[in-house]
Amino acid sequence: MSLNRQDIDKIALLARLALTESEVPAYVENLSRIMALVGELERADTSQVEPMAHPLPGQRQRLRADEVTAGDQRELFQRNAPQVEAGLYLVPRVLE
Amino acid sequence: MTALHELTVAELSKALRTRTVSSVELARAFLARIEQHQQGLNAFITVLREEALAEAARADARLAAGEEGAVIGVPIAHKDIFCTRGQRTTCGSRMLANFVSPYDATVVERLRAAGAVTVGKTNMDEFAMGSSNETSYFGPVRNPWDPARVPGGSSGGSAAAVAARLAPAATATDTGGSIRQPAALCGVTGLKPTYGRVSRFGMIAFASSLDQGGLITRSAEDSALLLGTMAGFDERDSTSVQLPVPDYCATLEQPLKGLKIGLLKEFFDEGLDPDSAQRIRDGLEVLREQGATLKEVSLPNLPLSGGMLFQSCALRRRALWLSLRESARSAGPVSALAR
Repeated sequence: MSLNRQDIDKIALLARLALTESEVPAYVENLSRIMALVGELERADTSQVEPMAHPLPGQRQRLRADEVTAGDQRELFQRNAPQVEAGLYLVPRVLE
Repeated sequence: MTALHELTVAELSKALRTRTVSSVELARAFLARIEQHQQGLNAFITVLREEALAEAARADARLAAGEEGAVIGVPIAHKDIFCTRGQRTTCGSRMLANFVSPYDATVVERLRAAGAVTVGKTNMDEFAMGSSNETSYFGPVRNPWDPARVPGGSSGGSAAAVAARLAPAATATDTGGSIRQPAALCGVTGLKPTYGRVSRFGMIAFASSLDQGGLITRSAEDSALLLGTMAGFDERDSTSVQLPVPDYCATLEQPLKGLKIGLLKEFFDEGLDPDSAQRIRDGLEVLREQGATLKEVSLPNLPLSGGMLFQSCALRRRALWLSLRESARSAGPVSALAR
């Protein structure tokens, strides 16, 4: 799959990245190459392959009882926030 | 007498147990090495001077009380992808430049409990995505053998720190080569354990089905000593294996007879630099002389692994994005504040 300039403009907009005019061609080429690399996976015939959940045999996805196991550590976690009030995170206003 | 920073973990451990040196003396020696070479190599993001000296004093007290343990008092460094409680954990990114972790990763917790002294957090490619250590927000790491060259990545800080003798060993992580490649570029020992052997809890994720915590050391013996401490089942990692951890040191002296080593045919194609190929063949010859059998094998799908790696990262990013979008939707407290 090859990307064109419009694709790059759209991806940059969605990712909120400001690209200069001179950067665009390199992104067109590099992202197309990454897409081609991932596209190679389609060549693999996986029809006879069983899905693998773990590389070691006999290992299964563990489940546990749906119980509360961790205590409230809100104060500890909120120490990383620049501003908190009444247990809430204060953030810059984003909606008018 | 050999300088302290030239000793391996096993040698330091012995020196500590025979009271030839104290843990505080060791911490001071390595902190001084770090100070001397930090500007030139940039191997560390955070140096934990006061914390290391306090931990070393506690280790000395444990040794004085007669406690036994191979890593009590041994200084180590942690890749800055492992969460360290009460200490900055950046993952090489500006986004986490001021993040202080509220908990320890299991790897950190186990090494700490065993008495290892953390001298600092090593530099790395941002979010472990890189193979040169040039993408860190905290600047590139230099290769101690030649500062004009890269140390490899993403565990470039750990590899450079161990190669330059700024720490006798360092933790590291490997998704698609991030331990093995910098270890090769810095001439040190790299170990990516089998997936599931070492807990990923508190290890910032890159591609969860491939990430595995491991080590950069200077010998197989040191890797065996430290892996024995790090490895083991952890219920907080859902893919952690429930198998007993063998005594890795028990087999160190055994000859390699009976060991079969597979050589992936696809790795020896025209893309391999002739000088590197020769070094690999020299290394294989040593293993063969020690009794190992070398056998060429083929994984025809190996050329697809590059695409596979990109796909796993993309899926991980998408999962992250979806969870962020979900939390943005349930924006209760924000709207409450707006009123």
